[in-house]
Amino acid sequence: MTANTVISCKNVWKIFGNNPEAYLSKMPDGHSFDDIRKDGYIAGVKDVSIEVSRGEMLVIMGLSGSGKSTLVRCFSRLHDITGGTIEVEGQDIMSLSEKELIDLRRNKMGMVFQSFGLLPHRTVLDNVAFPLEMRGQDKHERRARALEVVKLVGLEGREDYFPRELSGGQQQRVGIARSLAIEPDIWFLDEPFSALDPLIRREMQDEFLRLQELLGKTIVFITHDFDEALRLADRIAIMKDGAVEQCDTPDQIVLNPATEYVRKFTEEIDKARVVHAGVLAKADLKATGDPVDAKASVQDLARLLVQDKRKTIPVARDGAVIGGMDRAEALEILLEAG
Amino acid sequence: MADVTDSYRPDRMAGFSRTQWAQVLVGVAVVLTVLQYTGLLPAAFHRLPEELVPNFAGWLDAIFNFVKDDLGLLALTRLLTEGLQWLLDVTANLLFGKRRWPNIGPIPWTAVAAVAGVVGYYLGGWRMALLGAGTFIWTALIGQWTIAMETMSVLVVAAPLAFFIGLGFGILAWRKPWVNRAIKPVLSVLQTLPFFTYLLPAVIFFKVGPTAGAVATTIYAIPPMILMTTLGLQKVSPEVVEAGNMSGCTRWQLLRHVYLPSARTEILVGVNQVIMLCLAMVVLTAFIGMPGLGAKLLAMMGSFKLGRSFEIGITIVLLAVMLDRMSKAWVVKQPEHFEKGTPWWKKHFMLLLGVGLFLFFVLLSQFVPEAQALGRRQNFSQGKELDNLIKGFLNIDVVKATTGFLRAFVNVQILIPFRNFMLSIPTPAFILLVIAFALWLGGKKQAVYAGVFFSLVALSGWWDRSVITLYSVISAVVIAMMIGLPLGIVAARTEKWSKRILLVCDTAQTFPSFVYLIPAIMLFGITDIAVIFSILIFAMVPLTRYTIEGLRTVPVEMTEAADMAGATRMQKLWKVQLPLALPTMAVGFNQAIMFAFFMVIIAAFIGTQDLGQELQRTLAGTDMGKNFVLGICVALMALTFDLTILKWASDQKKKLGLGD
Repeated sequence: MTANTVISCKNVWKIFGNNPEAYLSKMPDGHSFDDIRKDGYIAGVKDVSIEVSRGEMLVIMGLSGSGKSTLVRCFSRLHDITGGTIEVEGQDIMSLSEKELIDLRRNKMGMVFQSFGLLPHRTVLDNVAFPLEMRGQDKHERRARALEVVKLVGLEGREDYFPRELSGGQQQRVGIARSLAIEPDIWFLDEPFSALDPLIRREMQDEFLRLQELLGKTIVFITHDFDEALRLADRIAIMKDGAVEQCDTPDQIVLNPATEYVRKFTEEIDKARVVHAGVLAKADLKATGDPVDAKASVQDLARLLVQDKRKTIPVARDGAVIGGMDRAEALEILLEAG
Repeated sequence: MADVTDSYRPDRMAGFSRTQWAQVLVGVAVVLTVLQYTGLLPAAFHRLPEELVPNFAGWLDAIFNFVKDDLGLLALTRLLTEGLQWLLDVTANLLFGKRRWPNIGPIPWTAVAAVAGVVGYYLGGWRMALLGAGTFIWTALIGQWTIAMETMSVLVVAAPLAFFIGLGFGILAWRKPWVNRAIKPVLSVLQTLPFFTYLLPAVIFFKVGPTAGAVATTIYAIPPMILMTTLGLQKVSPEVVEAGNMSGCTRWQLLRHVYLPSARTEILVGVNQVIMLCLAMVVLTAFIGMPGLGAKLLAMMGSFKLGRSFEIGITIVLLAVMLDRMSKAWVVKQPEHFEKGTPWWKKHFMLLLGVGLFLFFVLLSQFVPEAQALGRRQNFSQGKELDNLIKGFLNIDVVKATTGFLRAFVNVQILIPFRNFMLSIPTPAFILLVIAFALWLGGKKQAVYAGVFFSLVALSGWWDRSVITLYSVISAVVIAMMIGLPLGIVAARTEKWSKRILLVCDTAQTFPSFVYLIPAIMLFGITDIAVIFSILIFAMVPLTRYTIEGLRTVPVEMTEAADMAGATRMQKLWKVQLPLALPTMAVGFNQAIMFAFFMVIIAAFIGTQDLGQELQRTLAGTDMGKNFVLGICVALMALTFDLTILKWASDQKKKLGLGD
């Protein structure tokens, strides 16, 4: 674990059922999800080891029931884990006392929920100020801070509305504002846009990216929507039956799926949109001429790839050439998509 | 297919199905009865011999005396009495000017009416304002202000008390599963225990008068508050709770700021029920000498002053409807924001208006005595005239003939023979019949309960009176079904009539049960028929209501499918709607029986020979043991039906896939 690691979990298990600790300690190695279910237990999280570094956006995705929400709730100890260790900022969260845990949540963590989780009897402003109120902040201070965040999420002028007077998108803005009020270092988002209709979802994703640009938090984001994951993620973890099937950058997941399940999952994806020049660049390939930007996707380069006659094209990151891209390989990806 | 055999297997005992076992039991019962009729049955099999009846009452008395005197509970309750007495004195002074601290009352009736109007407007607009103010204006004008305020002064103490105690226990039951498990059976017994059983301990432990009344009222109103609180807290969405946790709530903050506000709706429904039960009970405390509307009504009915009884009945009904509608309006009232920059006084306009009007009328009454209180000769009571009118109406030949016929025919030809028949069934045969019923409808567990419960009743030594109680309940519920079911079925045909009848039922359900005695006595005088009649109208309400609700909630696709299959109206009703509505209707049937058990005890006031009358007698003395034995007899019989019918309804719902 490096100093840059914010969340580190090792061999984490979360089993639901009667006295799961005893069950886990006796369970033979290599018991599958279905084996466990036959014994009358549900493996919410199954032997997961994963690290999240500072400023990174990790997207956890999977179908419903795959354990992604459970895993995130283990990170914030909304669920007590059955086995393994989770360290947040180097601190084993299972060893925290109730008071220490509350302190951690009051100062370091924020969370956004799928169905918003707003308090119906409080106004927008009071909902946003709620975490501040809980930690006993002075009334004027918390009002000022809440107004600031409400403005940040674009709800200025609606401070006195009650949640039921707002649309779904607006309600989630309140949820986001509330989670940001305490200026958390770690930001959990549990399918924040799933309950919204597609147009609003797109708008909220843009908004979210804008906020992230501004704030640069460490983020764990859950979704079941691959497009959303691709738009947002630095790294994607794909879960199935409580276990992580693969955790890697979007490019790698598309190019080198680790398991059959991930391959099927990514089959329908337009790879040209996901794979970037930077990934295809190999340092040992020398090329001449104008370089392309490492951040450009294969699709962005489509015209150039077709018209350019060079065998290898140089790729540059921040002005410095990092290697060459095999044009045929890139073309292959582009054609596969068509 | 495997599923079907699996779920049916537990129902088979020694190779017979539940129905077959029930038939065997009925067969044995019939044989026993026939033997009784032919005189072959030994007397000990007909009724439990006196010497075998355990002295439950004596034992209970001994326990009570031990708890009361030796454990010093009496000293404790008398201490509590002091505090409660002080509170009641305060409200009594404020509302009707009892000479006690703070010696500033009584509040003028005009001020009370004005505040009720403003509260009504705030909660539900003009109509509610009219209802609020109108109720109090009527009460004052009809000359019942003081007695109504005597009743209200107990209510305003008992209801908040019941609310807080219920809320506390509700939270506890939700937090600690073992409390929940311990409390559940106690609650179901408490809810079936006849109110007379609450009254006597209250009198013994808390002095006669308002204090005992307040205690009995409070205890009576607690159970639904506990249930609603627990229900509400369990229903809070897990995400809201998680949001609270992630906001760094401590346990107390989570309860105070997240759970309780989110369970607002259920808690307020609990408040509504607390208020309505308090009102129902506070009227009944007349039986232990609590002054107020109930006592006046009791006295007026006793001396057959129908006009005045009628007027008091209207006051009680108006109060009930007002309290019910207002508390229900509070349930659905949602907070609304004010536009930015709304001045302070505008945000609190209603509060200011209420306070302003209150002060205005208090001041006004310093100069205008009529605004303070209406004197004896100033009211508009038409008691005498109404009396004559009613008695005149009853004396019209046609009316007289009808009621006379009902009295003579229904009573002599049907009811009395039925009663005698029920009494002639040997005790063991009767118990077997009840077990058979419970087995057939409910299942093994219910049959065991039925057997144990009714055997206990037989052992109590009050078998004959219990059977008469049961007879009143059964006859009233059967007649109520004959009227209520067709009424519900017809009303359910159209949206418009469903709404109307449901409104009537809703309103009627808020009336304190005591009120139902008034028309019964008016029509039939003090007779058996009047008893049955009052139970019957009381029990008809839930029957009609659940029939309509059951039929109206049959999914549209199903009735449409029946229409497309070419079903006639009758076929649709019998083959589709009724079978699907039956589980819901069963709930109504169950409630009708519970209501009937409740009413039969009150109707004892008219003079019956059942448990109710004996119960009422115990109130005169300090016969606590006997009082409890009688009360528990009623509760046991009621519980048997409750357990069995509700089990059937939920089984049926599961079978039809309608969910719970």
